Amino acid sequence: MKILVPIAKVPDTTSKIAFTDNNTKFSPDGVTFIMNPTDEWYALVRAIELKEKQGGEVVVIHVGLADSEQIIRKALAIGADKAVRVDADPTDAYFVAAQIAAHAKTENYDLIIAGKETIDYNSYEVGGMIAELLDLPCVALVQKLDIENGVATIKREIEGGTETVEAKLPLVICAQKELAEARIPNMKGIMGARTKPLTVVPADATEKLTTVVNYSLPEKAKECKYVQPDNVAELVRLLHEEAKAI
Amino acid sequence: MAVLSFVEIFEGKIKKASVEAAYYGSKVAAQLGTDSVAVVLGAASAEELATLGTVGVKKVLHANDARFNNFDSKAFSKAVGEAVNAAGANVVVLSFNQNGKLLAPRLSVRLKAGYVPGAVELPEFNGATATAKKNVFSGKATAHYQLNTEKKVIAVNPNSLSPVRGTGTAAVEAFATTLTDADFSTVVKGADLIVGEIPLSEAELVVSAGRGLKGPENWGMIEELAKLLGAATACSRAVADVDWRPHHEHVGQTGLTIRPNLYIAVGISGAIQHLAGVNGSKVIVVINTDPEAPFFKAADYGIVGDAFQIVPQLIAEIKKLKAAH
Repeated sequence: MKILVPIAKVPDTTSKIAFTDNNTKFSPDGVTFIMNPTDEWYALVRAIELKEKQGGEVVVIHVGLADSEQIIRKALAIGADKAVRVDADPTDAYFVAAQIAAHAKTENYDLIIAGKETIDYNSYEVGGMIAELLDLPCVALVQKLDIENGVATIKREIEGGTETVEAKLPLVICAQKELAEARIPNMKGIMGARTKPLTVVPADATEKLTTVVNYSLPEKAKECKYVQPDNVAELVRLLHEEAKAI
Repeated sequence: MAVLSFVEIFEGKIKKASVEAAYYGSKVAAQLGTDSVAVVLGAASAEELATLGTVGVKKVLHANDARFNNFDSKAFSKAVGEAVNAAGANVVVLSFNQNGKLLAPRLSVRLKAGYVPGAVELPEFNGATATAKKNVFSGKATAHYQLNTEKKVIAVNPNSLSPVRGTGTAAVEAFATTLTDADFSTVVKGADLIVGEIPLSEAELVVSAGRGLKGPENWGMIEELAKLLGAATACSRAVADVDWRPHHEHVGQTGLTIRPNLYIAVGISGAIQHLAGVNGSKVIVVINTDPEAPFFKAADYGIVGDAFQIVPQLIAEIKKLKAAH
């Protein structure tokens, strides 16, 4: 089974978020970049588990510049077999999805497993867009994925519960929590990652559908109104009369 | 020209998130001076669909076709694409809920349409361009998305605007798609719904607790408080990971993102990963023994104190309030 896992590079959750150029650009100053957590912890690890069980190959693909090498090597250290980097600035989700779809068209993957969202734009876009570009079925918010005889059995989140779905491969999956347990690369993996193939390919020209014109930060932090622990009645009064929340 | 909203049915009723999407669609139609149309795929009663008129929908295109009773993103994308053509729509509105988060990006590609994933307000139109705000960086900033394409897709964040119901009745029209059985690719084998509880993603009030509760046996008072308020229960990642609480209750960056009107956090320190899942809540109450807990910085109301003393008092005071009203 041949599995493709798109990975994104995002600012670490604890990063201070700031913008430059009149609030039109994200400021990378002092920011640590990491592999997007849902891509790494769930999509990539489940892909590797399926390969370990059934044989095949796991390829990671990343749209980004040369400074992304560290996260690509980490994916290889965790257990991906090879990597492709599309050499371009990932300006928007459609651009990224178009690059990944263009690669996938030439390779006949059985399965594409993406993370449900990136933690920077929280947009839940790339997996669904790849599926539409390739005219493939897609199931999102996936918590469980098993493959037998070319048929996937999938548990996905729905409002107030989960649903079990079956679909034939090829297929696009958007992974979330519970799909797998995060793996920490071991020394053997880290050493091996250095010699695994990483191919750099140029980007396809793609039209731009959506533009982020600028950003804004919350005007000021909330002011917490403290209530004394011996005066819980006051909290209930404030919630009822002031906040009108109960 | 029209604005088309995608409306979902669950157990015969229009989903709350879809009522919000249809209301949003009607507001956008009013901005553009055009009609608000909805599309519904799968079985539904004409009476139920006509109620979309109360949120401004003029016409409902209803594909009453049992093959659509279960969500299949590929088939739904094709069918909604056909509805866009049938309605002559140039704006498509969906909820940014479980299905919308997958259907909307597919439609964006299909229609070559700019897309706002999770708009929190109505868009602003300037000629052929629309701009809408959405939260980014787990709620730490807002981005202004601009759509220059002729067709536009907007997925509206649940709980972003409260529908105001009027008295209208929507005209329901049968809508036939060209889909063949080959267009359907996923088969639903079953669902596992948490019965008797309010779905967390739809809840307006949420009571949440974390490690400060010391053990799973102490959740009785949290459940009692939630029941009293008609709230859903939630928890931090730490307690879901040690199985004190089920995983579906976990809110935060890797769990659910929720935007209730009221979020009461008991014994949760408020790590940034947790805040990422709840900082869209309208009112946040924090109860924690540690005055330095970071959650107080994100709170509207706070009590520095012991949950085991505060929560029972809170239950008693809310009972008094309920009795008085």
